[in-house]
Amino acid sequence: MFLTEADLEAIWLTIRLAGLTTLILFVLGPPAAWWLARTRSRWKGPVGAVVALPLVLPPSVLGFYLLLAMGPNGPVGQLTQASGLGMLPFTFWGLVVASVFYSYPFMVQPLQNAFEAIGDRPLEVAATLRASPLDTFFSVVLPLARPGFLSAGILTFAHTVGEFGVVLMIGGNIPGATRVASVQIYDHVEALEYADAHRLAGVMLAFSFIVLLGLYTWNPQRKKVA
Amino acid sequence: MSELSARFYLNWPGFTLDVDLQLPDRGVTALFGHSGSGKTSLLRCIAGLERPAHGRLVFRGQIWQDETQWLPTHRRPLGYVFQEASLFPHLSVLGNLQYGQRRSATAGRIGLEQAIELLGIGPLLTRRPDSLSGGERQRVGIARALAVGPKILLMDEPLAALDLKRKQEILPYLERLRDELAIPILYVSHAPDEVARLADHLVAMEQGRVIAAGPLGPTLARLDLPIRLGEDAGVVLEAQIGAIEAEWQLARVDFAGGSLWSRNHDIPVGRRVRVRVLARDVSLSLGDPGQSSIQNCLNGVVEAIGADDHPGLQLVRVRVGASCVIARITRRSAAQLQLGIGTPVHVQIKSVALME
Repeated sequence: MFLTEADLEAIWLTIRLAGLTTLILFVLGPPAAWWLARTRSRWKGPVGAVVALPLVLPPSVLGFYLLLAMGPNGPVGQLTQASGLGMLPFTFWGLVVASVFYSYPFMVQPLQNAFEAIGDRPLEVAATLRASPLDTFFSVVLPLARPGFLSAGILTFAHTVGEFGVVLMIGGNIPGATRVASVQIYDHVEALEYADAHRLAGVMLAFSFIVLLGLYTWNPQRKKVA
Repeated sequence: MSELSARFYLNWPGFTLDVDLQLPDRGVTALFGHSGSGKTSLLRCIAGLERPAHGRLVFRGQIWQDETQWLPTHRRPLGYVFQEASLFPHLSVLGNLQYGQRRSATAGRIGLEQAIELLGIGPLLTRRPDSLSGGERQRVGIARALAVGPKILLMDEPLAALDLKRKQEILPYLERLRDELAIPILYVSHAPDEVARLADHLVAMEQGRVIAAGPLGPTLARLDLPIRLGEDAGVVLEAQIGAIEAEWQLARVDFAGGSLWSRNHDIPVGRRVRVRVLARDVSLSLGDPGQSSIQNCLNGVVEAIGADDHPGLQLVRVRVGASCVIARITRRSAAQLQLGIGTPVHVQIKSVALME
């Protein structure tokens, strides 16, 4: 066998984490992206900066604050305890919540660009054709922003796969629950299992390259409103 | 008669729109003015695409906007044609047409089929918008606006983005709309020839204000307006083809006040036409001009004299029967001829433009 049982388990966990995070962000991302793309509010700047924070923040810093928030004395921790969900840190769902924060800008920013590229005119046209704003969003904005959704989804998934610092802070290193591929590689190296580390690292390298290759060569000609 | 009553006050940096208008329920009303005159802003306010802080808009007794009420664009029973056709690129031509038709409760009134037939776009239905020519796109845009069954059609310079050839391709369709649809059309344009050809009613705008409004003929004959029209100053006469002289390839056009000869455009005798007479093509003389290459000579009486934008020129309105024409002459000519109100003159017209 090319990869060990534990490696495969880590990869499967990584895929589940990244897939779930991407799905959740497909719901949470568009409203923020839409607001940022359309608003003339003076809050646009501050909100945009907060959304973009994970891009520049060291993952350990983000993970530290999330750990505090989800911990027994943090607001999120109090909430989850009170609602009977227990504690999030060192669980798979804790990782999901952290990943959602960590990957938020990777969903929001491509979508925001796609929404901005659409401009006002198609929305005005739809309004003169009796479409309500919500109807317009689903019948005009979503189809026109489809390339944006695709690249946002790919970026979010790939970025979550590459997560390491936040996972260590929130999830630790529990096989089957929080030990994702990047942590598994770290473990291999720590244990001086260089051959195992090589194989898993090679898989990750190939994956990342293929994703980026797809993103850069598949260049959808963004159609403007004719 | 007045079915659309609009009053708007809109204050943007560097631009103020301040209008109070009553618009007729029938025919084509042209909102005419140079760019920046506020005609498109006015149209957008009527459509609800702009929301002026102060305004009152009533269409056939239904309040679209006042201090407390606001009817959003998608609930207003209107059709809107944008300057660029703005077709949805993700839908076929038919998909574009059906987009509004399916969402409209009044779509039966004109109907998809009639819109397709009226604009002659039957062969295009399965095409994608990006495979259409500019003229075809605009025809689809107009049909799409009609397919919702609007009670009023708003058109924002639908020809401005097209070259002359495409314009000529679409104008006949616009004339069909005017003649066959029983809904009022608001038509924004900065092109005097389009206005002369299509409009029944004229609203002239300048710097966010209405400077003249009324039926096309009398409004064009106002002497305070031609100043702003410059080289395009002139009148439009409602007329009829009276006879055709095949030998000379000329057509006689009869109007209320006399007859004019024009080049024969093979328009059949009896057909109603519009004749546009530009002020710069009209000259005046006191005595019989005698032999001249100019075929069109009418008798009239000076009705009004006004200033032109150049201090050396004057505008003279001459009554000819039940109609009138405007002549642009030099101030010196007017003085030498001793023109005054009531002076009988011979009116020579060098050329006229026939519009079907």
